[in-house]
Amino acid sequence: MDNSSLAAIWLTCKLATLVTVLLLLIGAPIAWWLANTHSRLKGAVGAVVSLPLVLPPTVLGFYLLLVFGPHGFIGKAMDAMELQRLPFTFAGLVVASILYSLPFVVQPIQNAFEAIGKRPLEVAASLRATPWDAFFSVAVPLARPGFATAAILGFAHTVGEFGVVLMMGGNIPGKTQVLSVKIYDYVENGDYAQAHWLAGGMVLFSFIVLLLLYSRRQRSSWSR
Amino acid sequence: MEARFRIDYPGFILDVDLRLPEKGITALFGPSGSGKTTVLRCMAGLERATGGFLSIEGQVWQDDERGIFLPTHERPLGLVFQEASLFPHLSVRGNLEYGMKRAGNAGGEGFDAMLDLLGIRALLPRAPDRLSGGERQRVAIARALLTRPRLLLLDEPLAALDMKKKQEILPYLEALREELDIPVLYVSHSPDEVARLADHLALIENGRVAASGPLMETLARLDLGPAFADDAGVVLETTVAAHEADGLARLEFPGGRLYVPGHGKAPGSRLRCRIHASDVSLALNAHGDTSILNALPATVAAVADAVAPGHALVQLQLADGGPLLLARITERSRRALAIAPGLAVVAQVKSVALL
Repeated sequence: MDNSSLAAIWLTCKLATLVTVLLLLIGAPIAWWLANTHSRLKGAVGAVVSLPLVLPPTVLGFYLLLVFGPHGFIGKAMDAMELQRLPFTFAGLVVASILYSLPFVVQPIQNAFEAIGKRPLEVAASLRATPWDAFFSVAVPLARPGFATAAILGFAHTVGEFGVVLMMGGNIPGKTQVLSVKIYDYVENGDYAQAHWLAGGMVLFSFIVLLLLYSRRQRSSWSR
Repeated sequence: MEARFRIDYPGFILDVDLRLPEKGITALFGPSGSGKTTVLRCMAGLERATGGFLSIEGQVWQDDERGIFLPTHERPLGLVFQEASLFPHLSVRGNLEYGMKRAGNAGGEGFDAMLDLLGIRALLPRAPDRLSGGERQRVAIARALLTRPRLLLLDEPLAALDMKKKQEILPYLEALREELDIPVLYVSHSPDEVARLADHLALIENGRVAASGPLMETLARLDLGPAFADDAGVVLETTVAAHEADGLARLEFPGGRLYVPGHGKAPGSRLRCRIHASDVSLALNAHGDTSILNALPATVAAVADAVAPGHALVQLQLADGGPLLLARITERSRRALAIAPGLAVVAQVKSVALL
């Protein structure tokens, strides 16, 4: 395996870890709101969050490029604030990955919050816990299996993305060239041996992640 | 305490106005779907009534006219639900401390006494899913009380338990009745639990208060309707006077005495017993030639139709200002004996349920 492969692996791990942490922080309140709201917006917000599940990644990448590009409204705003525009940067990859993997994190957490139901929070309130206190001392600990599933799925899905990163990040070695893009690169250049290393590694990684996930599920269904 | 709530649900209106004593157990009794649990949830602030008012010992928790509504976590109350509601991620001790810390009782005032009162000391290190249903409810009651509430709300705490577990936990609840000096609201649809535990009864039917008053007086009313239809009867508070040589125990109460089969309670202790209206028959004079032991002189106070067809419910005033008794007799007997208010009769009690 050559150095550029290692650089791609390292970049991918860095990206997936950062995205997972940010996703848990962003996803938990969205999941909480979706699980508890009676708002008419619930359906719309749920649908928007789930859009990346059905959209081709290229569609998402295309609009991200437009919005964050020099003529997009966020791109212009960032220019005005003298910030670097996001396309073809690592930060751009992070933003794109967060949007792309959001449903994989929000849904397991939302399911976990819904499974807890209202009762434990009512009990917490009757024991003088403020709503914030009850969220952190009761809802989050009880939803822990949901958070674990969300983290695993969010990480794995970020590692596995291709279309969005290619459109938003391009293919800059060491900066935006992640594993999946690197494999594409090798195949294009006919370097199948290098492609095998990375592709085979991805198969193994994905298998282990799913194995972890499914054996965890089985364990928790036994203990009930 | 004073509580008024009104909620309009589609197809159901809850409209209650309750004035309840500041001490003792008040049973909110009624059939399922009558709204009694909703009343409790309104008191806890978990349900938002329109035009609600709630004050306890002069402290107003809710007064919608003045825009006052304390959220649940600011109301000093204890709440125990029907099903086990312990936090599964905390041990028994962790559950107890959860409320103590947040209610400003981190020092654990009353902790040891509470463990003994509810018999849960040995359970402290255990996880909730390693407890029996009865143990879980005892822990939940202790957890609620350790927050030093000004009001304890119990929502059918025994309903999810089988007969044996109920018998296990009832003595603890009776002990609480003696210990607590805060009002306790006990939602129940079990006449037995109400008869055994309550001091005060509020009957809820179709979202309204059908009757409210001291337990014994209220149970002796003739207009309680179908709630107690099969179970009309009164509760007497008696004192165990003596255990006699032939195995019977003599119970005394103001205005009379009862002989019941012997039991474990020591002479001098208090014992509640329940006399079903269907177990009381009437005679015009006392005759010795009957196998029925308990014959109490009484005066007919009122007569009404019983829910059962062809039957009448007779309210009896026992002698010497004693308590009221109910008797259910057939309409035919009522005519034959010319039972009417003012008539002196002898109430023959066929059986007495000890509570």
